[in-house]
Amino acid sequence: MSFRDYAPAPESTAILNLRPSYALYIGGEWTDGRGGSMTTISPATEKSIAEISLADASDIDRAVAAARKSYDTVWSRMSGAERGKYLFRIARLIQERAREFAVAETLDNGKPIRETRDIDIPLVAAWFFHYAGWADKLDYAGLGPNPSALGVAGQIIPWNFPLLMLAWKVAPALAAGNTVVLKPAETTPLTALMFADICEQAGLPAGVVNIVPGLGGVAGQALVEHAGVNKIAFTGSTGVGRQIARTLAGSETRVTLELGGKGANIVFDDAAIDEAVEGIITGIFFNQGHVCCAGSRLLVQENIQDEVVEKLTRRLSTLRLGDPLDKNTDIGAVNSKEQLARITAITATGEAEGANRWTLDCELPSKGFWFRPTIFTNVTTSNTVARDEIFGPVLSVLSFRTPDEAIVKANNTPYGLSAGIWTQNASRMLRVADSLRAGVVWANTFNQFDPTSPFGGYKESGYGREGGRHGLAAYLANGGAR
Amino acid sequence: MSRLAIPKTYKLFIGGKFPRSESGRTTEVSSPTGSFIANVAKASRKDARDAVVAARAAWSGWAGASAYNRGQVLYRVAEMLEGRLDQFVAEIVESTGAKPADARAEVSAAIDCLVWHAGWTDKFAQVHGGANPVAGPFFNLSVPESTGVVALVAPSVAGSSLLGLVSSIAPALTTGNAVVVLASELAPCAAMTFAEVLATSDVPGGVVNILTGSVDEVAPWLASHADVNAIDLTGAGREIAVECERAAAETLMRVVRPGTFGPTESAFNRIAAFVEIKTVWHTKSLA
Repeated sequence: MSFRDYAPAPESTAILNLRPSYALYIGGEWTDGRGGSMTTISPATEKSIAEISLADASDIDRAVAAARKSYDTVWSRMSGAERGKYLFRIARLIQERAREFAVAETLDNGKPIRETRDIDIPLVAAWFFHYAGWADKLDYAGLGPNPSALGVAGQIIPWNFPLLMLAWKVAPALAAGNTVVLKPAETTPLTALMFADICEQAGLPAGVVNIVPGLGGVAGQALVEHAGVNKIAFTGSTGVGRQIARTLAGSETRVTLELGGKGANIVFDDAAIDEAVEGIITGIFFNQGHVCCAGSRLLVQENIQDEVVEKLTRRLSTLRLGDPLDKNTDIGAVNSKEQLARITAITATGEAEGANRWTLDCELPSKGFWFRPTIFTNVTTSNTVARDEIFGPVLSVLSFRTPDEAIVKANNTPYGLSAGIWTQNASRMLRVADSLRAGVVWANTFNQFDPTSPFGGYKESGYGREGGRHGLAAYLANGGAR
Repeated sequence: MSRLAIPKTYKLFIGGKFPRSESGRTTEVSSPTGSFIANVAKASRKDARDAVVAARAAWSGWAGASAYNRGQVLYRVAEMLEGRLDQFVAEIVESTGAKPADARAEVSAAIDCLVWHAGWTDKFAQVHGGANPVAGPFFNLSVPESTGVVALVAPSVAGSSLLGLVSSIAPALTTGNAVVVLASELAPCAAMTFAEVLATSDVPGGVVNILTGSVDEVAPWLASHADVNAIDLTGAGREIAVECERAAAETLMRVVRPGTFGPTESAFNRIAAFVEIKTVWHTKSLA
């Protein structure tokens, strides 16, 4: 028995009160969709959780009509202060039911309970609490006096932070006075549907929030193409982002896109190495690397490369992979079979292209979708694992000699979402941060999120910001470009 | 005895120089009464690409200049334009048939537009950025930065040819973008004379590049160019704007749709349309 052999400490699922099946939540009512149904499963066990009704184009039509009706008759006529009070209520209800949501999210997504309990769900509450206070202060948003809402917002969110992405979309939209039709991701609809319960408990007027699970190619596309939608907010892949931008060309619909990334995490030789190692691990192994802003490219100064990689592998070897509901678990399951196949394929390509592969030696559960944390060294800038977003627990290590070289390599990507800098030299930190073409830069930290802090990308990582005052512009008239 | 005048050869403005179109093509420009004014250069795809290369090369220097410096340079452009006020009035009157008083009002407004933007350079980051009170021991700041290379389709509005051009260029320059401008087909001569103003105003070569020619032909090349970061379609016709927006989707280029801003509008949000917000987190500790 080694020090790693903890006794299991699983979080109980008794707190859940799930229904065997979920319909669509449209206009304050649960109605079956016409797009068939699917079973949402736990990626850690492949066991089914619930049957989910799916929306087709006619359901999207109904949802948009319900959102429009509530916008016209209730929400746009309500004072900002009253709107804000509904959002405060939602924030409080989320806090009250935080553990229940954390367990459900871990079950449906596969991420460790430690993360849903300590990061995802607390941030959801914080996001609603932050934007609640904005609802009656829109004059201070920097868009001129009395800025008007856009109307109906169509929102399409990914599976990596299911409820948190809902909060990032719904909270600012409602605060700004819009009503929403939200389509959760195919593999993680559960907490969005539970959120409908929160809306009910908050007494939110019917139709202000509509939740419509469905397939991206059916419900998602219908929402994007719907003439009654004034605004599309999408978080997901750059490929789908391009399609959305193309579809909406020539329309009046406003768009914000939060897309992929290939973040550089730059470690200089004057960094606090042990802290940097923790940051590198947080940067790429948080949420199994299913993070658009992950620090997936480690750029380490050549003279400390061996030391950093050695410490990194040693530290990684102490991480625990397994049951996401276990409170000791650091690394959970990959979200889906498809994503696992993608990670497996791209890492095989990286190896074939000449990179050296190191994989954590650990046991994998017999059921579910799992991928061992992997580090590639000897990676060239042209290697697929240095260029393509993997969206999994895979780190590519590249080296540099001078700060200028680090900056050039960090910016050598069509993406521009995040970057990290590790140095104890504050002047160098500020100068490098200035030169990085990325929307979020973490210096001597990584993967920090806060509702007051704008988040979003440069270049092909999308446009628009979420969070803080800047996040309001996406949901108000006079917001500028598209 | 009358003296024979020396007419100007109108060329393109790329990288601080005045080359002819590599295509050798020109378009005849006449006054409303039908008299010949000039053969202006008709830019090609190659010219557009050269202009993007020049803009990209100039961008980092301009974006990296201090806000105070950019403000002084923009103010210098206003000074140079003021000095040539009569020349612009005469050219606008000749080419459009406008009343001299109206032409004078337009040029004056263009000068004032530049002064307004000159004053914004060192205030914009303060107003549009901010300190974020995050729930943790972090120093967290959001600042606007220039988007990069911006393509501008200058509006073609009768009676506002110069003002429309200046109203397109100034907001992008304020925060440090480098631009490639497709001049209005209604007023190519005024655009190229404005290039002379820029060339004598301490604006680094390549920060502003001006092309004359067919907007419908060249704008889609710029919209599909992988090294262009944003495109302002204020002056594009409906059909070409849709084509450009669709092409821009491939690189997720930022797009300002026609009608977002008035053709001669100066607005804070027009400056904000060509910036990216960068948020930097830094740990705080006594260790």
